[in-house]
Amino acid sequence: MNKRALRNLKEKSVRTFFFLNGLLAVVVLAGIFLLLLVSAVPAFREIHLREFLFTKTWDPTSPLKETYGILGQIASSVLVTLGAMILAVPVGIGVAAYLSDVAHARVREIVKPAVEILAGIPSVVIGFLGIVLIGPALAKLFGLGHGLNGLNGSLLLAVMSLPTIISISEDSLSAVPPAYGEASLALGGSRWQTLVRVKLPAALSGIIAAVMLGMGRAVGETMTVLMATGNARAFPTGLMQSLRTMTSNIAIELGEVPYFTTHYYALFAIGLVLFIMTFLVNMVADIVLHKYQQRES
Amino acid sequence: MIRRKSVAQFLGFWALRLSVWLVLGVLALLLYDIIRRGAGVINWEFLTKPPRRGMTEGGIFPAIFGTLLVTMVTAVLAIPVGMFAAIYLNEYARQNRFTRLIRLSIRNLSGVPSIVYGLFGVILFVNLLKFGTSILSAGLTLGLMTLPWTVTASEESLKTIPAAYREGALALGATKWQAIRTNVLPYALPGMLTGTILGLARAAGETAPIMFTGAAFSLPFLPKSLSDQFMALPYHLYIMATQHHDIAKVRPLAYGTALVLVGMIFGLNLTAVVLRYRLRRRRR
Repeated sequence: MNKRALRNLKEKSVRTFFFLNGLLAVVVLAGIFLLLLVSAVPAFREIHLREFLFTKTWDPTSPLKETYGILGQIASSVLVTLGAMILAVPVGIGVAAYLSDVAHARVREIVKPAVEILAGIPSVVIGFLGIVLIGPALAKLFGLGHGLNGLNGSLLLAVMSLPTIISISEDSLSAVPPAYGEASLALGGSRWQTLVRVKLPAALSGIIAAVMLGMGRAVGETMTVLMATGNARAFPTGLMQSLRTMTSNIAIELGEVPYFTTHYYALFAIGLVLFIMTFLVNMVADIVLHKYQQRES
Repeated sequence: MIRRKSVAQFLGFWALRLSVWLVLGVLALLLYDIIRRGAGVINWEFLTKPPRRGMTEGGIFPAIFGTLLVTMVTAVLAIPVGMFAAIYLNEYARQNRFTRLIRLSIRNLSGVPSIVYGLFGVILFVNLLKFGTSILSAGLTLGLMTLPWTVTASEESLKTIPAAYREGALALGATKWQAIRTNVLPYALPGMLTGTILGLARAAGETAPIMFTGAAFSLPFLPKSLSDQFMALPYHLYIMATQHHDIAKVRPLAYGTALVLVGMIFGLNLTAVVLRYRLRRRRR
């Protein structure tokens, strides 16, 4: 073999090596889905899919009749997440708008790292503060026995999803072409009008994507809700109630359940439902974000 | 008319300012509470001794040690694979459907809930590959979770290298790999390292993925090999906050653990920032 052929071979193998590392991402994502599916399927030898998705009662250890209904958990997850979004979306967009439009460079230099620090606080620490700080405060405020309920979880999830919402909204606001704003100002619009009627609408798709990504993060969050929402199994009727989400249910029961029983497989089925839900939310966010990037470039 | 416009602007900007103050206030409150109630607990014994008397006394050394160990396993998987994947995406990949699929997978992986990674780790590493509940299983699970972050961070860094660097080398007859090795990587490495360390810091604070893949409630000995179980700071904090039989008594220790965990993650972040600064300066 001559020198050039050897060199070409080396180049090719280097390229293939890097390619295989890139391919791993696809393999892992597909692997997560397939392995969850394979581990969830045995559960449905004994549980009807309809019973699983649409029954409100989850009582797998009942001595009379085991029931595996996750509707209550799904409702809890959705409820806590919606509560978090109601709190986090206005604040998050407000901060993003302030950073991109109003703030001096020096203020930005302070606020942006602060948001990053907030993103860096581990979920278990946030959950801990939910127990020791937010819980007692809520109990006092509303005259409850304890403050471990849906509202506590929503407050904490709002804090946790803020960094995502702020940074992606700010990116999309900054990506609005300056000419848009200049045109509005030249026509006599105030800076506020320019922000609300020109820039925010122009960045809307990015902001929607930011909210959806924050939502995906909140739905999948485990430790905070596990620690702060009280984990009662009853079907949730409001945020002032103690409730148990899909994520907390897996975390609570996977440690105690005997391996390879229907109950064990059912927990993986919950994981599969959770994976599909977050996957869909992320995909929609991705599509929205992509459309917007294409339009701008 | 003009007056109404300026009133609206005045109120509007104040609303925005208020939301910024709110976020800063929340962050300050959280940090203040942890530091105020955690700092008193931290001393040499707390950092270097194992827990005693059912965790009501003593320290958290095994948890610190375990977290460092499992983070190393995470790093061994996530740093090289993340960098290599980023090199492929930024230097080699053409704009085609397959590249888009890889990118889409990476973005989706970063949105997969941490507890789902935990379930995946239980199936793949603990059961199928028979690593059992161990440092290895937990570290690899965290590694996979960290991967999308390290790829994205590494690619961001590669993107900042001007095309002229590559073209210069290629024009002198270098092969593609030679150009990357001599003219791209040395300049991109600081940024890649910073990004990956930030990813590792996030992984070090995760609880859900290690709960069922290797973290232990309490261990009398330090782990001796990668196939042993381990104690970890985040899981230890969870136990002390919710599972302990005498919650009131261990509360100060829980605060101390939270402060050490947050401090460790800040430390890692700071290391990353300083490292980037240093390496950049040396290059000039």
